[in-house]
Amino acid sequence: MAVTLTNALLLALLVFILVLVIRTRKLFPVVVLAGAYSLVSAAMFVNLDAVDVAFTEAAVGAGISTVLFLAAMAYLPGTEKEPPEAKGLMHILPALVVCFAGGALLIAAAVELPAVGDPTAPAHNHVAPRYLEESGSFLHIPNVVTTVLASYRGFDTFGETVVVFTAGLGVLVLLAGHTRTAMRRRKDDAGNTRKANSGKANSGKANSGRGGGDA
Amino acid sequence: MRDNPILRVTAKILFAPIIVFGLYVQFHGDYSPGGGFQAGVIIAAAFILHALIFGLEAGRRLVPGWVNLAMLAGGVIVYGGVGVAGMMLDGLFLDYNVLSYDASKGQHYGIILVEFGVGLTVTGVMLALFHAFAGFAEAHYKPSSGDKNGERGS
Repeated sequence: MAVTLTNALLLALLVFILVLVIRTRKLFPVVVLAGAYSLVSAAMFVNLDAVDVAFTEAAVGAGISTVLFLAAMAYLPGTEKEPPEAKGLMHILPALVVCFAGGALLIAAAVELPAVGDPTAPAHNHVAPRYLEESGSFLHIPNVVTTVLASYRGFDTFGETVVVFTAGLGVLVLLAGHTRTAMRRRKDDAGNTRKANSGKANSGKANSGRGGGDA
Repeated sequence: MRDNPILRVTAKILFAPIIVFGLYVQFHGDYSPGGGFQAGVIIAAAFILHALIFGLEAGRRLVPGWVNLAMLAGGVIVYGGVGVAGMMLDGLFLDYNVLSYDASKGQHYGIILVEFGVGLTVTGVMLALFHAFAGFAEAHYKPSSGDKNGERGS
């Protein structure tokens, strides 16, 4: 009962943060609120006894993503543009229909889900019993999450690592090439007039100064 | 930001303990929550904190770009290498049982090595991303390349 109540409270907090994110027009508070959202989800995972997931969510979602967002924020405009004027009900009708239909489908599916921790749930009767038994008696590794992640599902984790590697490499190639071009252009422009990109550089400078100060 | 004594002292005190905690999460993952993904992020966070407080230039001197790239690729190579080592020893790809005379010990070795590979890749990716993002802003918006104090906290 206490678990359910705590979860309901945390879920309400998540919805509250979500509403704040939607209503805020400034980028810096949105980044901070996204971090808070991750931290609350981490608390929820702890409440559901998924400590490893909570750890990852707190470290990656609340920690490093916030820092990376702040670093990326330095060269974005700080405030969102004013949204276009609403043009009556017909304008938002498709979105409303999609939202309600999707929500109804999700609720209909959630009713069929087994209860949390139900021992007769299909997920707990396939390979999970073997993993739970073997991990302690044969492998002598108490943390079953680690054995499943690194040994039983080692191939999947290899794929995950390669995905992280590829994604990082992709961003690096995109940004590094761009940075080098910008550096070279500045070197070329050093003595000459910088008319061509002075407007862009100036607005950027203002942004970067403000973003850096906030960070 | 680097002129604030509170931030500087805090960063100096916290830097080493954060890395030690990251290593604990990395190598104690068999017994407690944690593993390569979390540890990689925590260790990267220590270096990012250093770069945020003492400047991007100091961060680059501490961890040059080629080290990031080496970690990035090295982690995948370590992981794949463990898998290939299993094949060399008459097992299947990523079969840890054959890594030692005792299957249980082999599993321990395999899991620790594989988690180390994951941690290496994640640390490298996070640091490289941070340096790329911060360096991107610097290259585009810094007034002149010789000015070391111009890009942040102005």
